[in-house]
Amino acid sequence: MDKPMPEPTPVTQPFWDALKEHRVRIQYSPSAGQYVFYPRVLAPRTLADDLEWRDVSGDATLYTFTVTDRATAPPWQDSVPQLMAVVELDEGPRVTTEMVGVDPASLQVGMRVKPVFEDHPDDGVTLLKYTTA
Amino acid sequence: MTGLRGEAAIVGFVELPPERKPTRPQMFTIEQYARLAKAALDDAGLDGSAIDGLVTHGIAESDMFAPATLSEYLGIPINYGEVVDLGGATSAGMIWRAAAAIELGLCEAVLVIVPGAYNLPVSKRRAPKGFGYFGASSNNFGSPQAEFEIPYGNLGQNAPYAQIARRYAAEFGYDPRAVAKIAADQRTNACATPDAVFYGQPISIDDVLASPMIADPLHRLEIVMPCMGGAGVVVTSASVARRTKNRPVWVKGFGERIAFKTPTYAEDLLRSPISQAADRAFEMAGLTRSDVDMASIYDCYTITVLMSVEDAGFCEKGKGMEFVASHDLTFSGDFPLNTAGGQLSFGQAGMAGGMHHVVDGTRQVMGRAGAAQVRDCNRAFVSGNGGIMSEQVALVLQGD
Repeated sequence: MDKPMPEPTPVTQPFWDALKEHRVRIQYSPSAGQYVFYPRVLAPRTLADDLEWRDVSGDATLYTFTVTDRATAPPWQDSVPQLMAVVELDEGPRVTTEMVGVDPASLQVGMRVKPVFEDHPDDGVTLLKYTTA
Repeated sequence: MTGLRGEAAIVGFVELPPERKPTRPQMFTIEQYARLAKAALDDAGLDGSAIDGLVTHGIAESDMFAPATLSEYLGIPINYGEVVDLGGATSAGMIWRAAAAIELGLCEAVLVIVPGAYNLPVSKRRAPKGFGYFGASSNNFGSPQAEFEIPYGNLGQNAPYAQIARRYAAEFGYDPRAVAKIAADQRTNACATPDAVFYGQPISIDDVLASPMIADPLHRLEIVMPCMGGAGVVVTSASVARRTKNRPVWVKGFGERIAFKTPTYAEDLLRSPISQAADRAFEMAGLTRSDVDMASIYDCYTITVLMSVEDAGFCEKGKGMEFVASHDLTFSGDFPLNTAGGQLSFGQAGMAGGMHHVVDGTRQVMGRAGAAQVRDCNRAFVSGNGGIMSEQVALVLQGD
């Protein structure tokens, strides 16, 4: 069964375009002084209409994770264990992702992690995954 | 402090025994709503003519206009009709809305009914709708979940609750035996509750820890099991409550807090929204945590209970494991918790699972919990939890 892939929207397109170039680009609200993830039309909380795109390193720390022995849904039946992770970008926002290329036993909350750009040419998207820094 | 005056009461309830394999006749949700409403009214000693308000989570037979459709089907015109969409916090959220509508003088008696049997009659002519695997996540185009969660496999509840437990462990440490004790004590309560799906099947802490690991650190016996059932209550004004059969259970205080959909975006994953909701509920009721005789806390997972006990203020943050390890959580113990077994051991009848906690508190305050009755039970704390600890409701209930 095919895994569901993201379909960029007019507002989120710059994020996905950057991933395709293996760069991480997220929004920033100058008035709130905060980076924002995921992309939106207005800044969360203040609803300031001043979001701009900025490139960031993508470097992050592992905020939390779980190793699933049972697939979370049928398309992942052949992908267990899934290393389901939440990472906190150095700029602040958290991102849902999967850890790749790591020994599940080595995962620790607070460890440094870096982006892995997983290209899916058939779907025209690149997913933002993470691995040990 | 503004809020409820505590002049609306739960006066009757129904809770079908949950079943893992359906034996009851298949019914549409609209039919289930009617049957459950009748049973709750019978329990109160009222009939349909008393009703002038209703709350619903929605009905499978109609995507829109649910209150009007139910009003028409029941033949009951209403002054107050509402749809509440708060996942597992729906039922608790319905209770305060009904009480508020009554105190505003909009209505006198409100049906708060949540069908919980998903084996609906199947059309011979139409293709089955199919539930898919997206569950509580939306894969619609433009949905944040479709774009930023689902492609990474972030679906269902087990993984995100496990992530919460993992973060909890990193910040506060983790004692698997203490967390497992929640499930074991609740099972003891279920074994005193004949309607519980796990009645007659006691478990130990070791049994919990020996059950398969589903999403590390959560074991199978720490995870709720979906069942079929249904539950509901009738909430009325004081004047109607005085002519019903049961001890009225007054809705003295409530709080509600909705903070996010996906826990990745929680401001602080370990401080759950129930903290604000519970503070408001107790302040509104003019009561303190120690005034409560029992707590019925939404228990989709053991970690949910652990964190709710802390965040609702029954113990210091980070001391939940010590608290559950050092208290007897059974109906005869010093902190009676989920006295009918909770959803973990009574059974989670789908959306009606949230109503289990309302009914658990109501049953105790009415003094109708049978072998599981908490002695001299006058006040109950009830929580609802929707999504992944993302939308939570607290209720403080009190008898006369």
